[in-house]
Amino acid sequence: MEKYHFKPKSKIKEFIGRKFIAINAYASLLAIILIFIFIFKESIPIFTDADVKEEASVGKMVLKQHYYPDRPAKWSWQPNSEVPKFSLLPLFIGSIKAAIIAMLFAVPLALGAAIYVSEFASQRMREIIKPIIEILSGIPSVVLGFFALIVLATILQKIFGFTSRLNAINAGIALGLAVIPIVFTIAEDAMRAVPRSLRDASLALGANPWQVSSTVVLPAAFPGIAAGIILGFGRAVGETMIVLMASGNAAIISASFTDSIRTFAATIAAEMGEVVFGSTHYNVLFFIGTLLFVLTFLINLGGDLVLVKLKEKLQGKLS
Amino acid sequence: MRDTIDKLTTPHSDIVNTVVNPKSTGKIPKGLTLLSVLIIAGMLALILSNVIYHGLGAISWDFLTLPPQNGMEGGGIFPAIFGTAALVILMTIAVVPIGVLTAIYLQEYTRPTSLVTRVIRMAINNLAGVPSIVFGLFGLGFFVGFIGHGIDKIFYSGTRPVWGQPAIIWAALTMALLTLPVVIVSTEEALKAIPREIKEASYALGATKLQTIMKIIVPQALPGILTGAILAVNRGAGEVAPIMFTGAAYYLPYLPTKLNDQFMEMGYHIYVMATQSPNIEATKPILYGTVLVLLTLTLLLNFVAIYIRSNIRRRRIHA
Amino acid sequence: MLKQSEKEMMVSHSIDSMGESVKLDSLSQQSSSLKMTIRNLNFYYGKNQVLFDISLDVKENKVTALIGPSGCGKSTFLRTLNRMNDTIPDTRMEGKIKLDGVDIYKKVKNASMLRTRVGMIFQKSNPFPKSIFDNVAYGLRVNGVNKKHIVAEAVEETLKRAYLWEEVKDKLNKSAYTLSGGQQQRLCIARALVVQPEVVLMDEPASALDPTSTIKIEDLIGELKKNYTIVIVTHNMQQAARISDTTAFFYEGKLIEVGKTKKIFTKPDKKKTEDYITGRFG
Repeated sequence: MEKYHFKPKSKIKEFIGRKFIAINAYASLLAIILIFIFIFKESIPIFTDADVKEEASVGKMVLKQHYYPDRPAKWSWQPNSEVPKFSLLPLFIGSIKAAIIAMLFAVPLALGAAIYVSEFASQRMREIIKPIIEILSGIPSVVLGFFALIVLATILQKIFGFTSRLNAINAGIALGLAVIPIVFTIAEDAMRAVPRSLRDASLALGANPWQVSSTVVLPAAFPGIAAGIILGFGRAVGETMIVLMASGNAAIISASFTDSIRTFAATIAAEMGEVVFGSTHYNVLFFIGTLLFVLTFLINLGGDLVLVKLKEKLQGKLS
Repeated sequence: MRDTIDKLTTPHSDIVNTVVNPKSTGKIPKGLTLLSVLIIAGMLALILSNVIYHGLGAISWDFLTLPPQNGMEGGGIFPAIFGTAALVILMTIAVVPIGVLTAIYLQEYTRPTSLVTRVIRMAINNLAGVPSIVFGLFGLGFFVGFIGHGIDKIFYSGTRPVWGQPAIIWAALTMALLTLPVVIVSTEEALKAIPREIKEASYALGATKLQTIMKIIVPQALPGILTGAILAVNRGAGEVAPIMFTGAAYYLPYLPTKLNDQFMEMGYHIYVMATQSPNIEATKPILYGTVLVLLTLTLLLNFVAIYIRSNIRRRRIHA
Repeated sequence: MLKQSEKEMMVSHSIDSMGESVKLDSLSQQSSSLKMTIRNLNFYYGKNQVLFDISLDVKENKVTALIGPSGCGKSTFLRTLNRMNDTIPDTRMEGKIKLDGVDIYKKVKNASMLRTRVGMIFQKSNPFPKSIFDNVAYGLRVNGVNKKHIVAEAVEETLKRAYLWEEVKDKLNKSAYTLSGGQQQRLCIARALVVQPEVVLMDEPASALDPTSTIKIEDLIGELKKNYTIVIVTHNMQQAARISDTTAFFYEGKLIEVGKTKKIFTKPDKKKTEDYITGRFG
């Protein structure tokens, strides 16, 4: 058999191919950096522009303001009134309230379900429950918001008779439904990752399934569970549509969870459509966007750090 | 059986009997965790049944093919379906190539410990956690306000807004940024699953890296890439916050045919109809019908993605 | 460590990094010339040194077996011969490895062309997720040979050489995964042969196979050495004794002894070799 005539490999092709692929990867990186820079850029006037600072400097957004000479100082978010008011506190309180309700509702349910699936359920049950959670995670947030607005609010009204039909509890529960799949998935993964040998050791000493879970599995899976909760919290803070539709959108400061609220995210969504490009209101909305970006970044970072630190500690304990 | 063991009559039977306590068989925790599962399943069932019950009646051939009439009290939602499809197609064209190439770069061209890899990965993780409204903000400020406005100034001497206004192209690009992490992660998972021996066999026959990528790696990763694309499409069809100010509109007498047209979209339609309809009772059928269509679409896509994923796993076990 | 007298052939052309390789004029060869020479090879994974000052000759059209306990560097050594270690990050080699007298690290810029002359069979068969035909044809296609009839001829020819043709000729379009383990390995051999390598490196090719398949592979090797130079890593000493002409004994990254197979297995020079052969360790 004669020897074949092999085509020489084109070095140029390899080079171009590699560069092209690399450019795409760097473009991804660039996009992310661009987002942060741009959002932050549009909020810089709050720190630098004198006119903007008149209405909404950082101090003015955080501290009580004297808006009217004859009335007491207060925190108020009314960007469109004659005297524009840009206090962030009502929005902050609204975000916190919604997130708290969401976590109080979601975490016990999600953890309970995760424990059941990982420790008690038969294979058959697992194959039914996991798709249920998948379906829940597949419901778009606008549909959850719709559900809370139309159905859940009515149900809660019938049972509790709140003064405001749309309030923090209504939004919080719907928000919780969105958070449950996140906490469930991460917690269940963490529990399943606990080595069989640990469970076997416990069982061999006569422990029943619950004892195995509570004394061995849960402590070992704790970093994962904590990370799941933190990431769920991040989602609760950043979620927009559910709160926009179900919370009443009133920027009030109150201790009651049955009042309407306004969150950071919902504020941007509600007001961005009518704001004038380049106005103070515009800058403040971008500032809130930066806050959200930084907040969720820190929460996610925190979640990762918790994971690493706790893993180290537990490995120290175990080994 | 347990009784006889408990009632051991050894000198230390009192200790033994306390430790092996028949009461703590773990039935209560099992019951509680099962209850969590039932509550979650119950709420899901409530949502789905409510939507199907009220929405099914609205679904008809007309509903799916006609535009809205009588101020959303009659007709159908065809433009919203069309707009959603158009948005998603544009988004997919934008996000899949860059996402896949980024994943290929990370897996095949860089070392896991190199600075570049870690930075890009960190950026992707952060992008995944950014609230969707922040993307909307970026889309408005950057794509519409900066790029679009810039194009107008250069090509149309800034007399009228042609590109510097909400448009389907800007909404699609915003969505592409949102779904970029999903595509990258799915593709990376698929690439990681390719056994090293297959790649080595290719190199051993004289193939270059580029040839190996194009002839062996990408074809084998295709199901995973497809999964990523489907998950991206799923989010693209369901998220509303990023498109609220970048291109979506409530009522348009035309279908989007140019890249700088606005468009109707199902999720946005639901939001506006649910929160701003003057006569909520009259529009309820259309509203529920739209929710049902959107929900069916997203759940279907979810199932297809899960099906492909489990198929990949099954195939890997056999091969 | 034995020193071999150097019988290197100086050739008047070099392996062009961008061009094709040219077959040596067979008339100018001696009967057992040196196909590859390795001199003072040191190899590092990161900071870890795994091969220490290896020097070895690989004779043309002969089977050279590399034996030794697991983890002593045989596979790593084998992979330096076709620069497969280039695909692993953080590796470093020192020394000279020559193919037909040309340094394959310093004088060859593009390793992929080298690999069309030095092929490799892996321990666990690794056919591509493609049809039987496409598996064998792959090597031709990535090197620019696309003409249908040429490819078809080559596939049939190499499947015959690998003693597999009769078993698969009616199902060339079926997936390679429908074959048994032994058949898949023979498929991989056919796949490697199609690019017409001069040297075939085999890394424990039969270790994952049943005895019947193993015998088939060994017979195959016996046939192949008429046209190819073979270097085979094996931890099966009987196999090495059966099929090889030269045997090299590796231990902890060093080459302890190398020589004619008959001698190594009956009257080795070094005690360590003798201990290993007689099963005292490893």
